[in-house]
Amino acid sequence: MICSDAPVLIEICDLHARVDDQPILNGVNLTIKAGEIHALMGRNGSGKSTLSKVLAGHPAYSVTQGSVRYCGQDLLTLQPDQRSRIGVFLGFQYPVEIPGVSNLEFLRVSTNARRLEKGQEELDTFAFEDFVQERLGLVQMDPAFLDRSVNEGFSGGEKKRNEILQMALLEPLVAILDETDSGLDIDALRIVSAGVNQLSNAENAILLITHYQRLLDLIKPDYVHVMAAGRIVRSGDKTLALELERNGYEWVDQGLKALGTT
Amino acid sequence: MFRFSLKAFAPSLIFDRLSAMTSQSQVGQFVAQPYKYGFVTEIETEKIPKGLDEEVVRLISAKKKEPEFLLDFRLKAFRHWLEIKEPNWAGLDYPPIDYQDIVYYAAPKQKSKKNSLDEVDPKLLETFDKLGIPLSEQKRLSNVAVDAVFDSVSIATTYKEKLAEHGVVFCSIGEAVKEYSDLIKRYLGSIVPINDNYFAALNSAVFSDGSFVFIPRGVECPMELSSYFRINSGDTGQFERTLIIAEEGSSVSYLEGCTAPMFDTNTLHAAVVELVALDDASIKYSTVQNWYAGNEDGIGGIYNFVTKRGQCRGARSKISWSQVETGSAITWKYPSCILQGEDSVGEFYSVALTNNYQQADTGTKMIHIGPRTRSTIVSKGISAGHSSNSYRGLVQIGPKAFDAKNYSQCDSMLIGDQAAANTYPYMRSQQPDASIEHEASTCRISEDQLFYLQSRGIDFEEAISMIVSGFCRDVFNQLPMEFAAEADKLLALKLEGSVG
Repeated sequence: MICSDAPVLIEICDLHARVDDQPILNGVNLTIKAGEIHALMGRNGSGKSTLSKVLAGHPAYSVTQGSVRYCGQDLLTLQPDQRSRIGVFLGFQYPVEIPGVSNLEFLRVSTNARRLEKGQEELDTFAFEDFVQERLGLVQMDPAFLDRSVNEGFSGGEKKRNEILQMALLEPLVAILDETDSGLDIDALRIVSAGVNQLSNAENAILLITHYQRLLDLIKPDYVHVMAAGRIVRSGDKTLALELERNGYEWVDQGLKALGTT
Repeated sequence: MFRFSLKAFAPSLIFDRLSAMTSQSQVGQFVAQPYKYGFVTEIETEKIPKGLDEEVVRLISAKKKEPEFLLDFRLKAFRHWLEIKEPNWAGLDYPPIDYQDIVYYAAPKQKSKKNSLDEVDPKLLETFDKLGIPLSEQKRLSNVAVDAVFDSVSIATTYKEKLAEHGVVFCSIGEAVKEYSDLIKRYLGSIVPINDNYFAALNSAVFSDGSFVFIPRGVECPMELSSYFRINSGDTGQFERTLIIAEEGSSVSYLEGCTAPMFDTNTLHAAVVELVALDDASIKYSTVQNWYAGNEDGIGGIYNFVTKRGQCRGARSKISWSQVETGSAITWKYPSCILQGEDSVGEFYSVALTNNYQQADTGTKMIHIGPRTRSTIVSKGISAGHSSNSYRGLVQIGPKAFDAKNYSQCDSMLIGDQAAANTYPYMRSQQPDASIEHEASTCRISEDQLFYLQSRGIDFEEAISMIVSGFCRDVFNQLPMEFAAEADKLLALKLEGSVG
């Protein structure tokens, strides 16, 4: 939903980042306003996942140039946990298993950290169970997964549902969903997409990283961006995704060759 | 689920948030954390001079007004000790111990006979208050009876009368020698004989005090029993002795905690614990060991050489050891089960955390003698700093142990790149029907796990303790509720400021 006078939530300017000595982002510019859904596409290795990790604060990546402002403040100086508490959420492409740590307890600690930041009171075990039961419905997740260790032994689809459940509990302002559709069967894809659509509102924004139109059929983006060689090389509306689906990325290579930066 | 919370300790964290967590090696930079039990109680103490010979053994026995049989026991042990050598097979490295430079008896001066807690020196009560073990009537831990041992003597035992109503005896070993000498004669040294090993022989010669528990036939002990050992003097060795007897069909859960002040010298602690379970009896013995571990350069700390052994003498009896070992400069400890009765069960659940220059060589022995005996071993070792943490365990299946079963799981977690973890499993079976399973794993706290938790709003320190807590979960689930919170706080404290 585009609304021209909506507030800017996140503003990425000329962002450069590297891992070890390898530059991966080479000047990303992107502005996202409240209420918008953006899709980020591009070949493997074009820098999509790196962008998501840099925004969430992964320590393996260092920012060498540029800035990211989130709701008026400098996001890059904040630790990953601080970023989460103020409303930046990363849905992981590969959610991590944490043996022995109860999923329910993890979700509660995480939710309370965000609630405290928002000035809401912490939920005790009982209140939290009610809250989580209500949100479970959004992703049609079996409550049995709450009693297991975080992501341990979950199937790919279950892990992704658990990610969206976290999004539902944390109520972020900016949710970056990194290939949430990968590893999902058709039914799970529908359920997860419906969950994301229900969570999308005029106050928040979603950045969807995906390779496939099938996700964008279910979650309709306002903008589609194409990344190549660590930059956004083209932006458009949802028809751009359809064009990619038809023509692939070859034109991107040609465009880059023309720029002399393959 | 027990989760560590580090938030309460946050003000003392030495931890640069912005530079935190940039590499695995930084995860391993353990810094010194305060040891909050390191204070010394200023109290007049009666000490005998340093050194050990037959006269000292006689003197200790005389001070405790012991019967002849016990003096004989001590002297036999002492003479045997003189003839044997300190073991060196463990993966431990420490300078030779000068046994003549140790005080073998120290006692806080107080009225010769204390009839009630009111007569105990308030300074001693205060000391235990400070340690979180209130002994005074109004503040007592509900449903936990405590025997408080200060240096060489037991100063108070709570809830004695209430236990007596059930026929349960819980008192200091010194008192038991006088009041229950038949039981002492029958059982003392019957599970850990005086010639068992070097440190057990030393303990048998000079043991000072400790706890005695007797649960009569058919009685389920109505409360948790607990001993709290406190070393206060710097040059005094602590040699406590614990004996627990569970008669047919009885059961008891026993907890043990230990702390000591910070000294820059090393203090020797050589304890012996003996457990006996008769038919259908069950004993659960849990330890949270937090002796002073030395400073961040490895100076000072307790040398902890302990022999703990339980005998499942009766059919269908069960002995379960759980331990959380976080303290001591050196730990040498293998709580064991002799599974003699048919269908008897032995268990060992252990968390050992070493940091800085601590060294631990710990594990268990499961000796299967009777048919259909079963044992379970779950060991979790966490090594940080420059420490070394070894699991050493023996599973032995005798020729008559038909259908004996053992399951062992030994997991190690390394924090940083300077710490060492070793696993030495020994298995001997003379019984082709037996089944022995051993699983082992080594892991690190991964950057991805930390990042995942952090990206959900959980701060770095709490994320570490969550992961470590999860790693130890199988063992924590075995701890009695009353103890779990203490173990919880303790590990959190040890990990405090550990990373950054």
